[in-house]
Amino acid sequence: MSTLEICDLHVSVDTREGTKQILRGVDLTVASGQTHAIMGPNGSGKSTLAYSVAGHPKFHVTGGSVTMDGEDVLAMSVDERARAGLFLAMQYPVEVPGVSVSNFLRTAKTAVDGKAPPLRAWVKDMKATMAELRMDPAFAERSVNEGFSGGEKKRHEILQMELLRPRFAILDETDSGLDVDALRIVSEGINRARETNNAGVLLITHYTRILRYVRPDFVHVFVAGRIAEEGGPELADQLEDEGYDRFEQVA
Amino acid sequence: MTPTELAVVPEASRAARRTSFDPADFPVPTGREEEWRFTPMEPLAPLFADQVDGHDVVVDVMAAPGVEVSQVGHDDPRVGAGGAPGDRAAAVAWVSADEATVIAVRGTVPDVTTVTLRGHGRAPSAAHLLVWAEPGASGTVVLDHTGTAVLTETVEIVAEQGSDLTVVSLQTWRDDTVHAANHRLRLADDASVKHVVVTLGGALVRIAPDVQFTGPGGAVTALGLSYGHAGQHLEHRLFVDHAVPRCRSQVTYKGALQGDGAHSVWVGDVLIRAAAEGTDTYEQNRNLLLTEGARADSVPNLEIETGLIEGAGHASATGRFDDEQLFYLRSRGIDETEARRLVVRGFFAELLAQVGVAEVTDRIMAHVDAELARLATQPGAVS
Ligand SMILES: Nc1ncnc2c1ncn2[C@@H]1O[C@H](COP(=O)(O)OP(=O)(O)OP(=O)(O)O)[C@@H](O)[C@H]1O
Ligand SMILES: [Mg+2]
Repeated sequence: MSTLEICDLHVSVDTREGTKQILRGVDLTVASGQTHAIMGPNGSGKSTLAYSVAGHPKFHVTGGSVTMDGEDVLAMSVDERARAGLFLAMQYPVEVPGVSVSNFLRTAKTAVDGKAPPLRAWVKDMKATMAELRMDPAFAERSVNEGFSGGEKKRHEILQMELLRPRFAILDETDSGLDVDALRIVSEGINRARETNNAGVLLITHYTRILRYVRPDFVHVFVAGRIAEEGGPELADQLEDEGYDRFEQVA
Repeated sequence: MTPTELAVVPEASRAARRTSFDPADFPVPTGREEEWRFTPMEPLAPLFADQVDGHDVVVDVMAAPGVEVSQVGHDDPRVGAGGAPGDRAAAVAWVSADEATVIAVRGTVPDVTTVTLRGHGRAPSAAHLLVWAEPGASGTVVLDHTGTAVLTETVEIVAEQGSDLTVVSLQTWRDDTVHAANHRLRLADDASVKHVVVTLGGALVRIAPDVQFTGPGGAVTALGLSYGHAGQHLEHRLFVDHAVPRCRSQVTYKGALQGDGAHSVWVGDVLIRAAAEGTDTYEQNRNLLLTEGARADSVPNLEIETGLIEGAGHASATGRFDDEQLFYLRSRGIDETEARRLVVRGFFAELLAQVGVAEVTDRIMAHVDAELARLATQPGAVS
């Protein structure tokens, strides 16, 4: 049982016009096995929250803390965070030309586990997970994300999550751009990670559709760099009907 | 085209550039000339003398069965078959080397022939190699340049009808070396040449491959890979002269640079003359800058004098190390050094696959890893 705790997090970014404050005091606690959905208007800072927890150098933490079982996440380098059990499925996964998916996955697995996985079991595991995500085996030999369609990139993110077995996964709009079948397939992957690893999941989304497959325990409304309201799954339906007007006026 | 018409080809055309066996036909360059404008001239000055007479580079050949090696004088009819030198340093190499080492490939030769040029000092020296593939022959020759030298070098590469030749020139010099080379390739009907230049070591290395076709159906694949660090100047200047119909040229050069003052130059001149109908050519250069303070100059130049061609194109791009790639890999637990290694290896991966000579690609990868390890211990890395 682990806890990821985000406390009063303030984050800014350097722009040409000067420093821009994006996160203005985010409080959020995720425990193992829990699923939290984060919904909110474009530009409210959801991806910034995800990137900041993962340690993207573009974002500067100006206040607050992030801890995992009491350990200071913000003091860790990007790769240390991943090795400590954090995973970020990105909204826009990056292409890495010339690096094959299989090489990438094996290198990442070795890094996260601190030792190379036994080859046979690893290959079997990779193939089985790819099959479950309906990814053609040919993807293993392609360059990471290069020329992948939007949906293929998202499946590849989930493939990584399943193989790396993080304690906490932040999924940034993993459901965007997926067709109906892919949405179900990807959701099953998320549910497997919840069940087999008891992973805590932070699901950033604009749509309630995915929440029908991946039931959230909590829904948070993110507006103007902080959480404006929290509730159960019913809050998501309410947001879908009413939009964010009510919160944006307050903000 | 009559000679008078040729004379009015504008100065800028590559066709107008002088070639000659006599150094006196090339004034000592000042550095302001088009073909020298990127090059630090001072280290090269000793190679612009009327003649160089050092003997600090020793040539040693490990010939594969089926390959015949001989030392010959300028009176051998094969010598000069590659064409005339294209600049002063090349003409100096020509007059200064009394003998040429001829590597003649007969029949199908599966094993690699390795020619080692080992530098033992900085007395300005000249070398002359001639790789000759007889009609229908196939084989691979690796020229391995090591040690310390101030060298001007002629490499003639003659591929007779239907032959299939791979020549790799590997520069793994120590960092105090100055090396100018003119590779002159001549391809007969239906000959294929894979010409690979790998430049990793040396203070100043300037390699100018000139490619000519003498009959239709010739195909050249010119591949280049370089990795420069602080203080190195690595320059590659190609000229592919399409003067006969239905020949192909594919040029791919890739370079990585790191450290203050690391400098690479790539110039790719491709000329498709009026007679060269059915030509198919593509040239590209890509550079990866791993740190601040490194500079890559890249100049593709395509001249087309006939519309009746299969294809002609060029591409050139120089990019900084992509921090988003680094972040992506690191966010999967991969540490910074390993992440950089993956990205840089990835940058060269396709090219290395094309090079295809295992003993060469293994050495390149080892060198790349060593450079990256050195980068990890140096300040100034972009991260
Ligand atoms: N480098 C930057 N310069 C200026 N503004 C930035 C920069 N990076 C992020 N921002 C701004 O920060 C705000 C939050 O962006 P973020 O990507 O976190 O939003 P989001 O909630 O994920 O939006 P979406 O739903 O569209 O994905 C936006 O207004 C964005 O324009
Ligand atoms: Mg976003």
